[in-house]
Amino acid sequence: MDALLLPVVDEDGAPFWEYAARGELRVQACAAPDCGRLRFPPRPCCPHCQSFDSEWRALSGRGRIWSYVLPHPPLLPAYAAQAPYNAVVVELADAPEIRLVGNVVTGPDAPLNSVDPGRLRIGAAVKAVFCPVSPEATLVRWLLER
Amino acid sequence: MATLKDKTAIAGIGQTRFAKHLPESEKTLACRAIVAALDDAGIAASEVDAFASYTMEETDEVEVAKSIGAGDVTFFSKVGYGGGGSCATLAHLAAAVATGQASVGVAWRSRKRGSGPRPWKNTAVQLPTPAQWTRPYGLLRPADEIGMLARRYMHEYGATRDHLFNVALACRNRANQNPDAVMYERPLTRDMYMTSRWISEPLCLFDNCLETDGALACVIVSAERARDCRQKPVYLHSVAQGLPAQHHGMVNYWNDDPLTGPAWAAARQLWKQADFGPDDVDVAQIYDAFTPLIPLSLEGYGFCGRGEGAAFTEGGALESGGRLPINTGGGGLSEGYVHGFNLINEGVKQLRGVSTAQVADASTCLVTAGEGVPTSAVLLRS
Repeated sequence: MDALLLPVVDEDGAPFWEYAARGELRVQACAAPDCGRLRFPPRPCCPHCQSFDSEWRALSGRGRIWSYVLPHPPLLPAYAAQAPYNAVVVELADAPEIRLVGNVVTGPDAPLNSVDPGRLRIGAAVKAVFCPVSPEATLVRWLLER
Repeated sequence: MATLKDKTAIAGIGQTRFAKHLPESEKTLACRAIVAALDDAGIAASEVDAFASYTMEETDEVEVAKSIGAGDVTFFSKVGYGGGGSCATLAHLAAAVATGQASVGVAWRSRKRGSGPRPWKNTAVQLPTPAQWTRPYGLLRPADEIGMLARRYMHEYGATRDHLFNVALACRNRANQNPDAVMYERPLTRDMYMTSRWISEPLCLFDNCLETDGALACVIVSAERARDCRQKPVYLHSVAQGLPAQHHGMVNYWNDDPLTGPAWAAARQLWKQADFGPDDVDVAQIYDAFTPLIPLSLEGYGFCGRGEGAAFTEGGALESGGRLPINTGGGGLSEGYVHGFNLINEGVKQLRGVSTAQVADASTCLVTAGEGVPTSAVLLRS
């Protein structure tokens, strides 16, 4: 009750979390020779060509804030303790059609409220950092780039 | 092509009180609303042979049918995705009645959200797997999820909190005219809005719907039968559901254009089958769990162009006498939040001419279900 929620990993998403644990931001891509389109969230079948073959493509880990909110209580206790914090959607620099929900923090292990909300703006450049939260899961968080 | 156009009608509506806390169970409230709707129509419970509600409805058709004394039931349906299901319940019953699978259909929603637990406040919840991409980061509640879209919308189109206030105010002003509304005789001012506490910035307290206990129901029969019932028939002119390509419920961030949500998909189908268009709509009941859903829906249903929804709210356009009066009972923001079913019944009241904020000579009404989730909508006509 007093811990942040952990990802409930499913079969489709497991590789994302395994790569994140190694400090890599990878996104599922179609492995069909004529397609290769990225897709998120992960799923069994390519929505463009219906191929069931996929691979995990390494990305730069750079992105921009697409939008953000600052949640205030009532919230689950562990989140309420840090509120107001930020939750952001980041669009990836090398694949703007892929957007990830995350948090902008001052360091991988820093609290969710460690960045002054006044520094957040849509379009701000961010880069991924990796924060292990359990033996199974490493969350991708984001640092503001100067 | 066969269509459902005007083949069926709403013959009866019923509701319980709306309040923060009601003593009766959801099942009792459901039965009260259904019995009231049947009484309104002048149809015996033993004639009911179809039911439709939401997957989130805790009172199932077996218990309800048994309790009210329904006869043999030959059609039943439940629609998923929370508030997106409201108008779809009518669509399913209309299809069943129009195709002869049943003759008297009841749609209902009973909810004790006012006194029930809020999962993000005091209970541990098992996360469905899509939540692995959002919940760990503290994007916990619908207000957080929609707030994300709202900020992006404000950024792209210059929408401001004053535009969201226009929405909240229109709903509150109508609730102030409706003695059954939770916010009856409780006026809202701009100062109250601008100084209220944040829920999820950029959304404040008054951008959020009410937590409400209550139940509503309506009765659907063939158009022919409806003309012999107690009340003036309200015809189901066009119905639609909408689940757009690459949609992801509540966090529609992963399609090409996250600001065109399910409303756009439902609207295309809705207008395709209608004899009239957005300019001919006299009054609208637009799902308002959160104020930003109104500008997004105004665009989706074609009342204005992409990015023009916020500006549309200016100059009292949504108020009585405005360009498009909305949520004339007060809506989810100020009448009561019963997953949008109160919007359906209010639409019926308008076309009967008995709304507490009656639009003169209203003969067409759009009712929409939850935007942000797979949704539904109906066009009603008198």
